[in-house]
Amino acid sequence: MSKPRVASTSLAGCFGCHMSLLDIDDRILQLIELVDFDRSPIDDIKHISQRCAIGLIEGGCCNEENVHVLHEFRKNCDILISFGDCATMGGIPAMRNNIPLEECINEAYRDGPTVYNPQGITPQDPEIPLLLDKVYPAHEVVKIDYFLPGCPPSADTLWAALTALLTNQPVELPYELLKYD
Amino acid sequence: MSDAIKIKIDGKEIEARLGQTIMQAADEAGIYIPRLCAHPDLKPIGSCRVCTVVVDGRAQAACVKPVMEGMEIMNETPELLQHRRNIIDMMFVEGNHFCMFCEKSGNCELQALAYRFGITAPQYPYQFPEKDVDATHPDIMLDHNRCIMCARCVRASQELDGKNVFQSIGRGFERKIGVDGERALGDTDMAVTDKAADICPVGCIIKKRVGFEVPVGKRIYDKEPIGSDIEGVKS
Ligand code: SF4
Ligand code: SF4
Ligand code: SF4
Ligand code: FES
Repeated sequence: MSKPRVASTSLAGCFGCHMSLLDIDDRILQLIELVDFDRSPIDDIKHISQRCAIGLIEGGCCNEENVHVLHEFRKNCDILISFGDCATMGGIPAMRNNIPLEECINEAYRDGPTVYNPQGITPQDPEIPLLLDKVYPAHEVVKIDYFLPGCPPSADTLWAALTALLTNQPVELPYELLKYD
Repeated sequence: MSDAIKIKIDGKEIEARLGQTIMQAADEAGIYIPRLCAHPDLKPIGSCRVCTVVVDGRAQAACVKPVMEGMEIMNETPELLQHRRNIIDMMFVEGNHFCMFCEKSGNCELQALAYRFGITAPQYPYQFPEKDVDATHPDIMLDHNRCIMCARCVRASQELDGKNVFQSIGRGFERKIGVDGERALGDTDMAVTDKAADICPVGCIIKKRVGFEVPVGKRIYDKEPIGSDIEGVKS
């Protein structure tokens, strides 16, 4: 039987959650025994190539490209996991959520104290995905099956959840592994 | 003792004394009833409803309801656990709780209840309301993003400090903690030594320059769920 496939992506996140995944240290060798990686920042595969058992979502949803990626993951993965506070609640990027978008953009590109932009141009190349009005937790855009909060969730948390799922055990985190910070 | 009575919590008979609340009697018997607005040094007001139990078939706030002989109390039923979880979920989505940089994280009672209940994400949509931060006081900060309107600060200021620094103002979703009406904390007679400065269950009233003093792993709720101290009294 072929190994189950795992895909992962970083949306509006800082890659810290993926770093935490790598932080499982030598257990990564066991993980590679258990699964094959499909689309992921770890192997730089750009699109999901075949049906995946598990999709790991880092980061919330802040622009139209994030929405497309989330839909690709939902369509092609049996189980979707939001990992990290950014995915589960928006995280640091969601701090912009109670500031009007225009104000955010002006601060970033025109008015910020360190900005040099004499012509007052804001980036609007069609290649750049449009920002959403707010940063959304992943589960407010597609259905998410499991949540692993934390900024980032610890390597032990990720390991416990992944091994449980891959061995058909219920995902029940012990008290010390459920943290929001 | 003549005022000694017997009550039952989840079928277990415990001793209580007339004049106690259900919560006080449960605490003494080593039974934890979750709570947020209640505090041992303050008069209970029964506002958060996290401590809801079912007494002889009726929902009651355990922090205010006095014990009576023969009371049958339900505490850990699936319905009550769900009800409490719902309240905690609402508190998370109705504020802006960024635990990852909150000075209170690890020592926060709201977060600790969420951990105890095993909440991995709230079931309601996040509101991301617009809230103020009041940093006008030299030693204390007020971050309304994290306030859960438990009114502990209001009571502590009046009952313990003999002041009246905090009040609850406004209605419904607009309700918030005010300081001397609409003024700023820096304009009040609040002192960092006030009991009110230490009473907040969450990271709304924060002392300046002491944040993140206790390392991760050594904070109150890092290893032991909230309520463990009470459950440790008796088993
Ligand atoms: S949850 Fe924390 S570590 Fe993970 S992507 Fe967001 S900011 Fe980075
Ligand atoms: S007050 Fe508590 S729940 Fe809110 S952000 Fe701070 S630690 Fe988290
Ligand atoms: S400031 Fe703290 S103590 Fe006061 S009502 Fe808000 S949460 Fe409760
Ligand atoms: S603790 Fe009883 S209502 Fe808040």
